[in-house]
Amino acid sequence: MSEPRYAVGIDLGTTHCALSYVDLARSQGDEVAQELMGVPQLTAPGAVEERPLLPSFLYVPHPDEIAAGDLTLPWAAEPGVILGELARTIGARTPIRLVSSAKSWLCHPGVDRRAAILPAGAPEDEVPRLSPYEASVRYLAHLRDAWNHAHPDAELAAQEVTVTVPASFDPAARELTAEAAQAVGFQRLVLLEEPQAALYSWIHESGGEWRKQVRVGDRILVIDVGGGTTDLSLIAVTEREGSLELTRVAVGDHILLGGDNMDLALAHVVKAKLSAEGKALDAWQVQALTHGCRHAKEALLADPTIESIPVVVPSRGTRLIGGTLRTELRREEVTRTLVDGFFPEIPADARPATRARGALTQLGLPYAQDPAVTRHLAAFLGAQAGATADLPGFAEAAVGRFLHPTAVLFNGGVFKAGVLADRVLQVINDWLASDGAPPARLLEGADLDLSVARGAAYYGYVRRGGGVRIRGGTARSYYVGVESAMPAVPGLEPPIQALCLAPFGMEEGSEAEIPPQEFGLVVGEPVRFRFFGSSVRRDDQVGVLLEDWPPEELEELEEIQATLPAEGRTPGEVVPVHLRASVTEVGTLRLEAVPRTGSERWKVELNVRGAPGA
Amino acid sequence: MPEPMPSVIQRLSIALASFWRALVDPQFAAAVARLRAGRPAELAPARPEPPHLQAAEPNAALQLLGLLQEEGRLIDFLQEGVARYSDAEIGAAARVVHEGCKKTLAQHFTVAAVRSEPEGTRVTLSEGFDSAAVRLTGNVVGQPPFNGSLRHKGWRVTEVRLPQVASGHDLAILAPAEVEL
Repeated sequence: MSEPRYAVGIDLGTTHCALSYVDLARSQGDEVAQELMGVPQLTAPGAVEERPLLPSFLYVPHPDEIAAGDLTLPWAAEPGVILGELARTIGARTPIRLVSSAKSWLCHPGVDRRAAILPAGAPEDEVPRLSPYEASVRYLAHLRDAWNHAHPDAELAAQEVTVTVPASFDPAARELTAEAAQAVGFQRLVLLEEPQAALYSWIHESGGEWRKQVRVGDRILVIDVGGGTTDLSLIAVTEREGSLELTRVAVGDHILLGGDNMDLALAHVVKAKLSAEGKALDAWQVQALTHGCRHAKEALLADPTIESIPVVVPSRGTRLIGGTLRTELRREEVTRTLVDGFFPEIPADARPATRARGALTQLGLPYAQDPAVTRHLAAFLGAQAGATADLPGFAEAAVGRFLHPTAVLFNGGVFKAGVLADRVLQVINDWLASDGAPPARLLEGADLDLSVARGAAYYGYVRRGGGVRIRGGTARSYYVGVESAMPAVPGLEPPIQALCLAPFGMEEGSEAEIPPQEFGLVVGEPVRFRFFGSSVRRDDQVGVLLEDWPPEELEELEEIQATLPAEGRTPGEVVPVHLRASVTEVGTLRLEAVPRTGSERWKVELNVRGAPGA
Repeated sequence: MPEPMPSVIQRLSIALASFWRALVDPQFAAAVARLRAGRPAELAPARPEPPHLQAAEPNAALQLLGLLQEEGRLIDFLQEGVARYSDAEIGAAARVVHEGCKKTLAQHFTVAAVRSEPEGTRVTLSEGFDSAAVRLTGNVVGQPPFNGSLRHKGWRVTEVRLPQVASGHDLAILAPAEVEL
């Protein structure tokens, strides 16, 4: 394999993808030659245009819908689907053929992520379907083809590629993302958490000045509210051998709440006004209304002197003047719906409201039930109150009802509205004041849309020794469920114990110890285990057996499955094995079954819903 | 390539025509005299090649109309009669057209002013100014430099970024008819 010439960062987002790259040969120290690749994509049937972002939408056209020649790309692409801008625009009119938010499905533990389930809600047998995994492969393949088209002498497969994932992605979703990247041929691949990428981008943009803007003992809170998800991370500034070091100490839960929810909420407010006037809107018009509301919102939030902005919903037919509905979006409505609805001023001990889900929950995405980003933030800081207790120099920070951030970095298009960023900072500072702590400061200068891709490319560069790196390892400890040996009591589930397999903070390329406990695996038969993760139990070592735990400390993940191949053994034989965890160089968790004797190892599947025998 | 030599019949016809023309056209007679003296026969100074007009390429125009319709509903707007609507109704529709067409313009063209001075200021045009970029109006007499007042600062496209078109794509369809199933 030849030496890579570029470090490439790919932001594989819920609503948009972006690719940025660093020319390694032309970069030295803080002088980094970095660029963003425009992505050629279909913008209308028969028209190809280069755009900075690739919308993460995939459309499965009907064979009679669009002439085959009108789907021509600059390169020979796999036919049958449309990606990007055109997928988004025609998908808005024909939603049953549109795959959107595939990334959220990739992290949905309730579905088989390799099963062809998208577009969700498409009529069975009528529309060809894809799996969330396959959709990720298609987006990456498009970016790869676009790259190879622009750089015929430096194929993407041979470059240093960093693909970003939400910090809150579970081990199975990370593994699927890595597999998708390997499926399109990336040979030098690493995964990077998006909030870390945002911080790398900020470091890079500061051009070496960042060392003056942070100091030892700082706790940087990264708040990343994208189109579809909210992702939180805490990064502590530590010192080693006299130089500053960054350590990611905590990540938040996977919260499906983002800018798209906010635009939709505004559209519903305006739609209610129109229906009060007796004007009903069809689905197409609601889409147009959402679009109009987004523009009106941006204008209102950008200029505090404007009181209201007209919003018009064009007619669908050719009668534009006669059929257009006109209404307006008022400042008071934006404030009530967005600022107070999604970012309410609440005390630090407030927690997100959860409703018990109905028994007949539709199998859709598990959207956050509480739309208040600030409540999710309070829950995160509250749960992580002790996150820095073990770091040298952070002793005093551990006191308090919640972890006290000293600096805040915003990311995601939502915060282009300065009002929203101001509100979040003000809420955090109110909490800090109530605890008698100094206010947190804002780390400025981040590009809210592109910093994840930029930071990822920059990370590929610093990994080769070019600058500071964020340490931290895995942000969770992992446990396997063990049924305790107790006499069965009718009507009661046998109590389950949790055996720690992987401690908190395992670095890439490291291997955990082998826990002493053994499991009997039946040769040739898949055996399932319950699997748990914890983002707050930092001190559990491998082999620790938890008898019981507060429910908020351990989160149950998708089951894992071990299958011992029958070769060389008698089917039905029981083999005692240990389960051992490691973290690959790519950044994914790997579980293996290790027999008591011999050097064999068998991979334990993290994503088992689609595994044979499931 | 040398011209082919005229045949006997052609030579007779040239001689007769030259005889008559030399009698009635003094310039022609002078040219024949120069030719007979062994110098090249210069007739009237060569006329400049007449400016060549060419038809504008329709594809880019069709593509632009399609883009303006797609984003800004421009064709819908222009094809509809405005007489029976109130200004408020037209205004509401104009917002759709303005927002969409503006977006299309920004996406596909970089437009800059020809003159950077604010409109109304006095400007001086020195000799050799680009008369295609600056149009003189009013009391147009005398020689440059010209002094005048800037009435319109002009627009110039500095960059065009039109989408690439698939070969065989029918650009005459500005907006396809939509049939909902």
